[in-house]
Amino acid sequence: MNKLELKTEGDTHVIARRRFAAPPELVYRAHTDPAIVQKWLLGPEGWTMPVCINEARPGGKIRYEWSNGKGAGFYLTGEYLELEPYSRIVHVERMHIPDATPDNHVETRFEPDGAGTLMTMRMTLPDAQTRAAMLATGMEGGMEASYARLDALV
Amino acid sequence: MNAGENLDSAFSALADPTRRAILARLAKGEATVNELAEPFEITQPAISQHLKVLEDAGLIVRRVDGTRRPRRLVKARIEVMDRWLAMLRKTLEQNYDRLDQVLAALPPPQKGESR
Repeated sequence: MNKLELKTEGDTHVIARRRFAAPPELVYRAHTDPAIVQKWLLGPEGWTMPVCINEARPGGKIRYEWSNGKGAGFYLTGEYLELEPYSRIVHVERMHIPDATPDNHVETRFEPDGAGTLMTMRMTLPDAQTRAAMLATGMEGGMEASYARLDALV
Repeated sequence: MNAGENLDSAFSALADPTRRAILARLAKGEATVNELAEPFEITQPAISQHLKVLEDAGLIVRRVDGTRRPRRLVKARIEVMDRWLAMLRKTLEQNYDRLDQVLAALPPPQKGESR
């Protein structure tokens, strides 16, 4: 089972790490080809991405719009800073829920790992206000009651 | 302190394994500095320093009980942080589980496409 590792680094970053069975070429494409992004970058069950703009070149624009089909929705805009096929992507993004959150600077690395890929994503931790706003969106529905207990922090 | 404020300092406070162990101990009930220092091979001043970081981050508070100053957890703050990280984890897990399926359905890269 390819399990997600999630940890905070200092007081400003979150690191997510996960292994995929597919090689870096495919995992990289799945992050930069809008037709593929639209199939998986959806969050909780029931959400779709009716608008997916992904211009994978330095300076290229990103715009993802999500909808739960029941009137709730929000969107994300961003710009690509650096792309190294098929090993590294650097971009900035912000959520609009509906006010724009501060920029999240994201570096995503794809390393060969056997026949698969080890992906490491380093994100900026949103400030307290942004976290509260994100919790208040419909995305919270996907959390159910799975609040980690304090023991899980240790 | 408002539960939504200064969460960054709370995340930072949780970055240290000794402080996480102190929180785990306090999750079982309040304890004094001496009681908290006991299981660790570090000095009482060092424990006090950790307690100050946790206190400044709003994760624990002290109570006055005669000459004792027992510490206890501020649960609301722990839950706000926990909830945000739990939401992020759940969202990413669902996305990447879907991505596994999407990747499995893609044709393998052509020879020569890789560098």
